[in-house]
Formats: sequence, structure tokens, C-alpha cells
Amino acid sequence: MIENDTARKLTVLVCIWAALVLAPYWMPPLGGYTALGTRVLILGLAAMSVNFLLGFTGVLSFGHAAYFGLGAYGAGLSLKYLAPSTPISLLMGMLLGGLAGAILGTLIVRRRGVYFAMVTIAFGQVFYYIAFQWSSLTGGDDGLRGFSRQPLDFGFFSIDILSNANNFYFFVLVCFALIAAVMGFILRSPFGRTMLAIRENERRARFLGIPVERHIWIAFTLSCFFMGFAGALYALLNNFADPRGLHFSQSGDFVMMAVMGGMRSFWGPLLGAAVFVVLQDYLSSVTVNWMSFVGLLFVLVVLFFPRGLLGVVRRKLVS
Amino acid sequence: MLQLLLFNVTNGLIIGAFYVLMALGLSLILNLSNVINFAHGGFLVVGGYIAYTITPYVGFWGALLIAPPLTAVIGLAVERVMIRPLYGRDPLYSLLLTFGLAFILEDGSRFIWGAQGKPVTVPAILAQPLSNEFFFITGYRLFMVLVVVIAVSALFALLRFTRLGIRIRAGTLDLETVSALGVNVRTLRSLNFAAGIYLAGLSGVLAAGQLGLEPTMGAGLLMPSFIAIIVGGVGSLTGTLLGGLLIGVASGVTAVFLPAASEAIMYVLMAVVLLIRPRGLLGEEGMMT
Repeated sequence: MIENDTARKLTVLVCIWAALVLAPYWMPPLGGYTALGTRVLILGLAAMSVNFLLGFTGVLSFGHAAYFGLGAYGAGLSLKYLAPSTPISLLMGMLLGGLAGAILGTLIVRRRGVYFAMVTIAFGQVFYYIAFQWSSLTGGDDGLRGFSRQPLDFGFFSIDILSNANNFYFFVLVCFALIAAVMGFILRSPFGRTMLAIRENERRARFLGIPVERHIWIAFTLSCFFMGFAGALYALLNNFADPRGLHFSQSGDFVMMAVMGGMRSFWGPLLGAAVFVVLQDYLSSVTVNWMSFVGLLFVLVVLFFPRGLLGVVRRKLVS
Repeated sequence: MLQLLLFNVTNGLIIGAFYVLMALGLSLILNLSNVINFAHGGFLVVGGYIAYTITPYVGFWGALLIAPPLTAVIGLAVERVMIRPLYGRDPLYSLLLTFGLAFILEDGSRFIWGAQGKPVTVPAILAQPLSNEFFFITGYRLFMVLVVVIAVSALFALLRFTRLGIRIRAGTLDLETVSALGVNVRTLRSLNFAAGIYLAGLSGVLAAGQLGLEPTMGAGLLMPSFIAIIVGGVGSLTGTLLGGLLIGVASGVTAVFLPAASEAIMYVLMAVVLLIRPRGLLGEEGMMT
């Protein structure tokens, strides 16, 4: 039985990675385009970062777009003013998102439940207003322009990720794999198990002597670092950083991706992101009222599929 | 300078009063049902547009009376169909649902009434300024404050003196016991939700007279209400009242010295309150979960 289980897990894992690695080859014939695949990967990574907190620590952050957007602005500003280097811009984006999360996290972690959600939403909006008002630095409402991702330079050879969409996709895939591995590693570590314990029963975890606040703060900060990294990748994808990427409606989209795919599973948010991005891309091309349909999707998922796609599948397998 | 300061403090108080009206509705629903109603701004917009639609027939005063209850009826229907199944589940779900609902309400208003802003005409008595010296206090702004004062007093009186109000307050503290004592909790939650949406509709009518109407205005007005609740302390309506006035005045005063920061000051205020008094100004210790 246990061997069966590991075998199945391994098959699933192989399938996921095969699909991801071969995406630039099977997507275009199905009517997609490579940049869409790259967007799915990046937003999927962001949704997985949200889920790191939501699904595995059990605290509801509804303001994570702020750290995503900060990552995007960090990467853009770094490319524009600091150094024309892709790795440095990724690092700067990740640092900006993560450090902002670490600082605000100290104010946020003492709250729980709906109060936690409200405080995260409100603090998330701070950065939206800053990006909106400080137009000399951020470009205000028009967004930050005037930078582009740079070729990866390894000294003796360099890879062009700017004009070749496939190359950029593979670059993003490598980054994605790296972060996903780190996330998986943390979740398997004793610290990750503690996160699950807090999710399942905070009071009992506290009685066991676990410093709950500190653990939630660490989880929050880590997820903000991941978020900043995803945001930096997003800025590189679009060669553009948008204040709307910081807005709380973007946070809602991330949470929705996580819920739609399946909060309790590691890969669920990626699946949710794929469905969400493709659906949004399709809807906005066929109707001007796509907002209503996305809203309706939210309502229907919450009322009828609260466990998400993978949750439903898993239930079928068990029964 | 003094006049400028006075102007902005008055302005801040008026805006604060408006935030209070909206935040109290949110707070009511949050306290009893543990639902963060993201669609509150959407209901505000719907209330405003209903007023806009019926003004030609019943006049501004008629719209002021009729539009909020109509909005509340819509709210009641929404609560019955969508939100009731979610009570008792993780607050995440009601949050996501009302978030989607906000999309639908905004897009629906745009679909029905158009994306263009719609002006709402206010009766001539209210439109003129009070005096030359205090040119900034138009009759309408005073009228707004008056309506808010009446509505808030009525709400507090309702909660203090009527059986329904006492049940709502008791339910905020311990819904299970209230239920065990034979009160129909479903009806209680529905009525409470409707009362909250009534306040949203009323805010919508008032906002329509001052700002005109746009489908997107709800989302922008939602965040100050959130901050008002957090600053005042979750679980305390008096706190929400205080929080709303406080952030209104703070952003009014900041507008004198640093106009660009008039929005940001609310967040600074919130951070300071959370740092010094994490449960909010009047929040109860027990309400932290």
C-alpha cells in the first residue's frame, strides 16, 4: 500500500515536470502561446507562495499582492537604475518583497482569523498608494517602464532570454524549480511540520511550547521572499511593473488560484493558476464583461468546490 | 492659515462621518457573522445608482428614503442564497465569495448604468454655501453629517433598547448561547446583514450627491472603512465610530501640510495603533481570534 502510494506520487511528479518542460512544444498547437505558459508558471509560483502560508500554516493573508508588486518594482528599478543584470534584479526584487514582509509581519502576526486578513489587506494597500503617488520614481499610474531583461552572461557564453520566448520560459522554469524545491524542503523539515501543527491546532501547538507567533512570522516572511521573487520574474516577463499588481484585487486572485487548485496540496495552486490564467485570457478576449464571469467563478468555486480541483480528485481516490 | 486648517479639519470630520457610516455597516456584519464583506463598496454603488434611477420620479428626498431599503432587500437576497451556506466555515470562504460578488456588482452596475460618471442633482436648498466666510461648508455637507448623526444614533438606540438589538449584541459575544436560549440565529444574522447593507445603501445615496456616481467608486471607499475598523478595534462599534472620525480628521489635517500623504496617513495611523495597542483603540481582548 505504502509502496503503491510512493509509486503514484512519483508518477504524478514525473507527469507534472514532463508537462512543464515540454510546454513550449505542446502549447502552441493547442492554441496557446509560450508567454502564456510563462505567466502560468510565475503566477503559479506566486499562488504557491500564498498557499505556503494559507494552506500549510493556516493563516489567511489577503494582501500578498503587495510583496509580489514590490518584487516587480524592485526588479524593474534595479534594472533601470542599478545594474543591467537579470540575476541582480531578481535578487533585489526578492529582497524588497521579503524585507517589507519581515517588517510588516511583526505588526501583523499577533492577530488571527478575520482580523489577520483585514490587517494584511490594509497594509498591502500602502504600497499601492506609494507606487501610485511617487510617480517620479515609479511612473505612477502608468507603471514603471524603460527597462528590459538582460541576456544571462556566464562569462564564456551568454543566453538570450529577451528575444527568444522559449529561452525565457526555460529560464523561468529553472527558477520555478529552484523555489519549489526550497519550499518542498522547508515543508518537509521539522519547521514545516510545526507549521502544520499550528494549522491543525494552534492552542495545542502553544501548549507544546512552540513559539507560535515567531513561527508564523517566519512563515510569513519566507512566503513574502518567495512572493517577491515571483514578482521580480513577472516584471522581467512584461518588462513593465504595474501598480495594479500591488492592488488587493490581485491578492484576491492569488488566493483564488490557491483555493481553486486545492489548498491542502503542494501542486494545487499551480493547477489553479493555470486554469485561472487561461480562463481570464480567454474571457477577456471574448467579452467585455469578463469581470462578472470571474466574479461568478469565485462564487461558484466557494459554494460548490471549496476543496478545489485536486481536493475533489483526492477524495475520489480515497473513496 | 487658520482658516485653511479649519477648512481641512471640518472637511476631515465630514469625510470621517462618511467613513463611519460605511464602516459601521461592515462592522455590524463582521461582529455577528465573522464575515468580511468585500462587496460592501459594491452595495454602496448599487444604492447610489438606485437613487439616481428613482430620483426623476420621487425626487431626492424620496430617493434618500427609498433607495437604502431597496439595497437592503438585495442584500437580504444575497445573504439568503450565497452567504448563509458559509456560516461556520473558515472565514476565507465568505471573504472570497464577497470578493467575487464585488466584481459582479461593479461590472453589473457598469453594464446597466454605463461606465460614464453620473451626476446626481441635489436640491437647491442644500447646494449653496452657508456663508461667505465659511464658504467650504455647503448645506449638503452639513446635511450629510446630519444624516450620519441620525443614522448612527438610530443604530445605537436600536442596539441598546430593542429586543433585536440586544440579541445582536449578545450574539456578537456568544452566538451559541443565544441560539441555545431559543433565538432564531438565522433570522438574526439575516436582519443584521440587511441592517449593514442598509447603511451601505445610505452611504451610496449620500456619496452620489457629493461625488457623483461611478461603478468603480466602491472599491476606493472600502479601504478607509477597513482601517476605521482596525484602528477602532474589531468587535466594538463605538471603536469603529471613533476610528472613522480619527482617520478622517488625520487625512484632513495632513492635506494642509503634505497633500500627497493624505491617503498614506491613514495607514501610518493604523500601524501606530497596531504597534502600541494591537487590539485597536476600543477592541476587546477576547475579540482577537
